Amino acid sequence: MSPPDQPSPAATGRDLTMRETVRAPSGTRVDLLLIAEMVRPGSRVLDVGSGDGELLELLATTRGCDARGIELSREGVNAGVARGLAIIQGDADIDLADYPDNSFDYVILSQTIQATRRPKWVLEQMLRVGTRAIVSFPNFGFWRMRLDLLVNGKMPSTENLPYRWHDTPNIHFCTIRDFVDLVAEVDARIDRAIALDASGHPVRFNLPWAVWNLLGEQAVFLLSRGK
Amino acid sequence: MSDTTVTPEISAPDAALDSSRLVEAARGEADHPHSALVRFGAERPLTLDSGAVLTPFQIGYQTYGTLNAARSNAILVCHALSGDQHAANVHPVTGKPGWWETLVGPGKPVDTDRFFVISSNVIGGCLGSTGPSSTNPATGQPYGLDFPVLTIADMVRAQAMLVDHLGIDRLLAVVGGSMGGMQVLQWTVSYPERVVAAMPIATAARHSAQNIAFHEVGRQAVMADPDWRAGRYLAEGTSPRRGLAVARMAAHITYMSDSSLHRKFGRNLQDRAGRTFSFDADFQVESYLRHQGEAFVDRFDANSYLYVTRAMDYFDLASDYGGVLANAFKGTKTRFCLVSFTSDWLFTTADSRAVVHALNAAGAPVSFAEIESDKGHDAFLLDEPEFFAIARGFIDSAARTIGVN
Repeated sequence: MSPPDQPSPAATGRDLTMRETVRAPSGTRVDLLLIAEMVRPGSRVLDVGSGDGELLELLATTRGCDARGIELSREGVNAGVARGLAIIQGDADIDLADYPDNSFDYVILSQTIQATRRPKWVLEQMLRVGTRAIVSFPNFGFWRMRLDLLVNGKMPSTENLPYRWHDTPNIHFCTIRDFVDLVAEVDARIDRAIALDASGHPVRFNLPWAVWNLLGEQAVFLLSRGK
Repeated sequence: MSDTTVTPEISAPDAALDSSRLVEAARGEADHPHSALVRFGAERPLTLDSGAVLTPFQIGYQTYGTLNAARSNAILVCHALSGDQHAANVHPVTGKPGWWETLVGPGKPVDTDRFFVISSNVIGGCLGSTGPSSTNPATGQPYGLDFPVLTIADMVRAQAMLVDHLGIDRLLAVVGGSMGGMQVLQWTVSYPERVVAAMPIATAARHSAQNIAFHEVGRQAVMADPDWRAGRYLAEGTSPRRGLAVARMAAHITYMSDSSLHRKFGRNLQDRAGRTFSFDADFQVESYLRHQGEAFVDRFDANSYLYVTRAMDYFDLASDYGGVLANAFKGTKTRFCLVSFTSDWLFTTADSRAVVHALNAAGAPVSFAEIESDKGHDAFLLDEPEFFAIARGFIDSAARTIGVN
């Protein structure tokens, strides 16, 4: 099985490094630009784990979306609402159950799935509440992670994932291949997938998942219901 | 709500303020308030949920700021149980600052330099809007218990008539906490097309059994006072001061939290070295509560307290919609921002969340934040910078959407 065709993102040519600190010339986090580009203009979007609302603002201003957020941290909610965004303080592991079926066109989980207590349940809920789901996550199968564990024999920590194992909100790490398995388990279809290499560029070629799993530091998946 | 003092301190009643003079002043406010006043004559009756018709009636109100040419910058502020129209000016009876000067004023989140702010006394109140202490035109005597029982929807219906009177079609925002929040929610259901943005704070879509129970204790305290005279105390020249003070003391406890009471008073003794082995106010917390009760009685009418608490008890927004709250908000275009406070055990975060869930189900644009505070229910009246930041951001963005600068 190979990854589906990857459309060439408009963001190509910019620095696509996923590191928080690296931003596009516009000042926006580049991974968020990639997600925003997957969203059809004018659609209804729920961002689960919306942080301070950066993606919501991007979706509202550049894609004309009706974008709402759920955010666990009080600081994040307050910052976002103060920016005029519609953000509800809540816990993805619980509160997604309260949303009606098909109430959004897209439900987005960016860099958050590894911090949920019930990733499978969350993914199922996303695909119930939204027609489509977009998930981005750090790939624990990335070669540098593997090497780190092999050489040092300690839990890897990177610039992206600076936490130590005992003091991290990230309790459910997975690899790209693990995620592809989970997608099959919840009967979802992969419409698009993009892996980003260490320098932040999309892995360009249609290679087997195993290669993506080695080269991709991060991955973004666009999913819909049904295999 | 607690007294309008922003940071209540322990203090004896101000000796310079003669209590009977205050009571006289408060009595005078009922019919002739120190504020703007609109009278609705026989041609503009108010039909109440009970079926009764209130006419003629009047509304005492304050406005702050200037209405713009497009009449699009009006914000209605709704007061809580013991509040009144004096949200952002010195109170004419007590001489204290307005009860929401933390939020409303020049440069404040509800910025009176930019917005036209309306604050009205609810009907059933006692500071200029028609209520049980007003003169009944049929008898020339105060209404007393002849006044019809009211609902939150009745209060809002009257406010809508005031807004009409001011020539305003659509409100930029309706903002209020506690019972004021109930009015905000009622506005969005009764007049959805007239509210651009709604900010219900520390409130609920229905009054809980526990809160009805607290209110009943307060009402029974008033009615047990022999000076209440079956509600005819004004006509008979008495005043159920002890009953109303006890009601206020009990209610005041519910506005604070265990930790804020502990932080303010602990077990500290009031101006004495040790226990007196009597029922004096040995503890600071007792002295504080007695003061709160006394101060309240000077400015608030006992029958108004009965009527307004009753209106809160009757509030259940979903009841007209088959018990499904989401149906009350169906198709709403109003933007919502709900706020609760962590230590508020009177109107809890769960109460706010129930409203948020219903709004989500109705597809309404809604924000919600729970603010960390140990100040209990009263937090919404106090200095809470995170709450102010949210209110400012929400109101500013609502103003932007309709082109108000």
